[in-house]
Amino acid sequence: MQNDTVLSMRKICKSFPGVRALHNVDFTLRKGEIHALMGENGAGKSTLIKVLTGVYEKDSGQISILGVGEDIHIKSPQEAQDVGISTVYQEITLCPNLTVAENMFIGRDKSVVVHWKQMVKKSGEILENLGIPARPKQQLASCSLAVQQMVAIARAVDMECKVLILDEPTSSLDEKEVRMIFDLMRNLKSRGVGIVFVTHFLEQVYEVSDRITVLRNGELVGTYDIDNLPQVELVSKMIGKTLDDLSTIHRNDAYSESGTPAYQAKNLSSSACPNPFDFKIYQGEVNGFTGLLGSGRSECARAIFGADRVSGGNVTVNGKKAKIHNPYEAMRSGIGYLPEDRKMDGIIADLSVRDNIILALQVIKGFFKPFSRAEAEAFADEYIQKLEIKTASSDTPIKSLSGGNQQKVILARWLLTHPQYLILDEPTRGIDIGTKVEIQKLVLQLAQEGVSITFISSEIEEMLRTCSRLIVMRDRNIVGELKGNEITQNNVMHTIAKGAE
Amino acid sequence: MARDLRKASRLRNEYSQLLVPVIAIVALVVFNLIRDPSFFSISLTVNNEGNHVLTGNLISILNGASELAILAMGMTLVTAASGGQDISVGATAAIAGSVFVKVLRNSASITPLTIIIGFVVCVVVSIIFGAFNGTLVAIFNIQPMIATLILFTCGRSIAYWINGGATPTVSSSILKAIGGFIPGIPVPTPVFIVILCAVIFAVIFRFTNLSFYTQAVGINQQAARLNGINSTWIKLLAFMILGICVAVAGCIRVSRLGLINHETILAEIEMDAILAVAIGGNALNGGKFKMSGSVIGAYTIQALTTTLYAMKVSSSEIKAYKAIVIIILVVIGSPVVKDAAARLRARLVRKTAPVAERS
Repeated sequence: MQNDTVLSMRKICKSFPGVRALHNVDFTLRKGEIHALMGENGAGKSTLIKVLTGVYEKDSGQISILGVGEDIHIKSPQEAQDVGISTVYQEITLCPNLTVAENMFIGRDKSVVVHWKQMVKKSGEILENLGIPARPKQQLASCSLAVQQMVAIARAVDMECKVLILDEPTSSLDEKEVRMIFDLMRNLKSRGVGIVFVTHFLEQVYEVSDRITVLRNGELVGTYDIDNLPQVELVSKMIGKTLDDLSTIHRNDAYSESGTPAYQAKNLSSSACPNPFDFKIYQGEVNGFTGLLGSGRSECARAIFGADRVSGGNVTVNGKKAKIHNPYEAMRSGIGYLPEDRKMDGIIADLSVRDNIILALQVIKGFFKPFSRAEAEAFADEYIQKLEIKTASSDTPIKSLSGGNQQKVILARWLLTHPQYLILDEPTRGIDIGTKVEIQKLVLQLAQEGVSITFISSEIEEMLRTCSRLIVMRDRNIVGELKGNEITQNNVMHTIAKGAE
Repeated sequence: MARDLRKASRLRNEYSQLLVPVIAIVALVVFNLIRDPSFFSISLTVNNEGNHVLTGNLISILNGASELAILAMGMTLVTAASGGQDISVGATAAIAGSVFVKVLRNSASITPLTIIIGFVVCVVVSIIFGAFNGTLVAIFNIQPMIATLILFTCGRSIAYWINGGATPTVSSSILKAIGGFIPGIPVPTPVFIVILCAVIFAVIFRFTNLSFYTQAVGINQQAARLNGINSTWIKLLAFMILGICVAVAGCIRVSRLGLINHETILAEIEMDAILAVAIGGNALNGGKFKMSGSVIGAYTIQALTTTLYAMKVSSSEIKAYKAIVIIILVVIGSPVVKDAAARLRARLVRKTAPVAERS
């Protein structure tokens, strides 16, 4: 063990019934480095971290930690904390209704009496020390997501931590907030904390990391210094083949704008989207709502699908008047909606992959006409194969799949209904690069087959690649529309900025 | 072979939930076999009406658990859809029974027709009360236990108003046949009513999506709604179906006794019904369910009671002994113990797995 190695994991194996999640994986972390852990969904990143934090017990292998011992056994998250391993998860696991100081100290003190004054003072020092813009007595819910995330990190770091694991800490933050987190990470690094950084954002990896470890299919591909691994090579190492050149993805501007739109709304508004808007989409067209987070792009999509209470507007589908006030009516009109929040709005966690796939089609077919077991199995198997969903079987509960595969299941659910108009709200969020490319290709292929698609993504490049028409939003209003050659990042920014005038 | 394995794992997934209640019943049987094998003796005797009927502890378990089993079926559905329990079933059963008795006593003579009318009226009234509970839960989003606390509190007063303070009796050979024995058939009629209810539920689950939708709503209401399921209606429906179960249970009990005492009829049965759902391995916070588990749970509770009576435990002490057994069952069925068992199994499988791989 080298002197500056704070953590070393050797030949870690972990299997679940039917799945070999980790096989002989090595991982070392040095003092004061930011080490990115990369891999596609299901590559074993989460499993490795859960083994390290005591959520799972390893089947075999060795974990040693500087100053604690060689070959230690971590049996619970509590034990992991005791040996100096702290974790901050993607979802913030603090209590929003408590104050910042309470959140930093709750459950850590063994004594029964709480020294409020001391607690506030101490947390104030830590916050100042780390440059976190929050006051100890402020209620956590009143802080921005980024600051909440920083408080979570501060809490973790203060627990005498040698190893800090950040699992997708930036996935729900905007660019400025990401900057703040990075500054904090660099600050901690200079204090000698070893940081394991898990993320899907390649740019972010290159911005802060020192080294990269790549996993694929539960096996170690290698550990590299950041300077020796160009982005393209990283991606090909992650997916195990050279990446399909993204430049082969070309939007298709050749749809016809003559005739009646596949879907048209006039003065549509809903409880979540109070400003009435006009919208139309032609057969085979791919368009998208773009704008900053909170600009109302998801709300527009939800209004079209009837996901929130529709408060007004005239809708025609293929030129015929249609009443779409709830999701069922939208589905009957041939509209599908892949929601932004996969966990809350998408998956039925305890049900099987099969039940999750057939759900929408089953609802359209009707309450009194259940699919037979054989029919359901045939549908599920067809789409598991088509979309290459990685699951032990169609009986597996969807909650045990990785995020990208869950997303594919939800996508399969809507493809199975053969919609004529499909709304995809952030279909690529939190999933690996390989699947992202697949989904973009699928969108264009569907459009080719005549499906109209509305595509919403926070990653503007994805929209530039796929959408033939961009509807630009700002402060819950449509402020512009870009078509064909007008669609460039500059123009989008410009339109958003101009909307202010 | 792969297909066999797949099927085996599917069966294990689907039926593992029934393990605890089945073990409980088997354990009770073994216990009784050791204690006193005559516990299981069944004899054919002649009852007061001159019918040849089967008697014995087994028959009394099957017979005595009837109302509980039917209520447990409805309770399972409410639990799955709403993630909570209906604690008003005992009280609303008192209302249902009172309505049934009121209709019968108001008719000139008790004929099959008046009984059918009485039953239908009683079902309608029960559905209305079920819908009342369901509305509070599904539309006003009140926690099921709080929502049903209303009828739990006032249900027996409503029952009192229907028939006044007395304990009115109804007597008829038809009622005796419903609550006791049909001449010529030695098995108590309520047993057949339970079977009929189970068959009806099986048919409903086979030919509609009630089970699928209910589970979807119970697991993730928001996602279910975005997939076009009317979750409000599904929850409401669950409470109304439980209402029908309450009506059936109430009518069976009235027929059995030939009278109604609004204070004592099916008292505290709501707790046993909830317990049956829990013993059946169903999550009390909703989602996936197995109705057969709850039914087995109901018979387990009754078997336990009968065993304790056979051991001459006084009725005042019986609850304490029941509690001990229930603690054991609930702990065995708890997620912590289940996870530990799964880990143990995984360890055993891993030890044997390499051999299987080579072959």
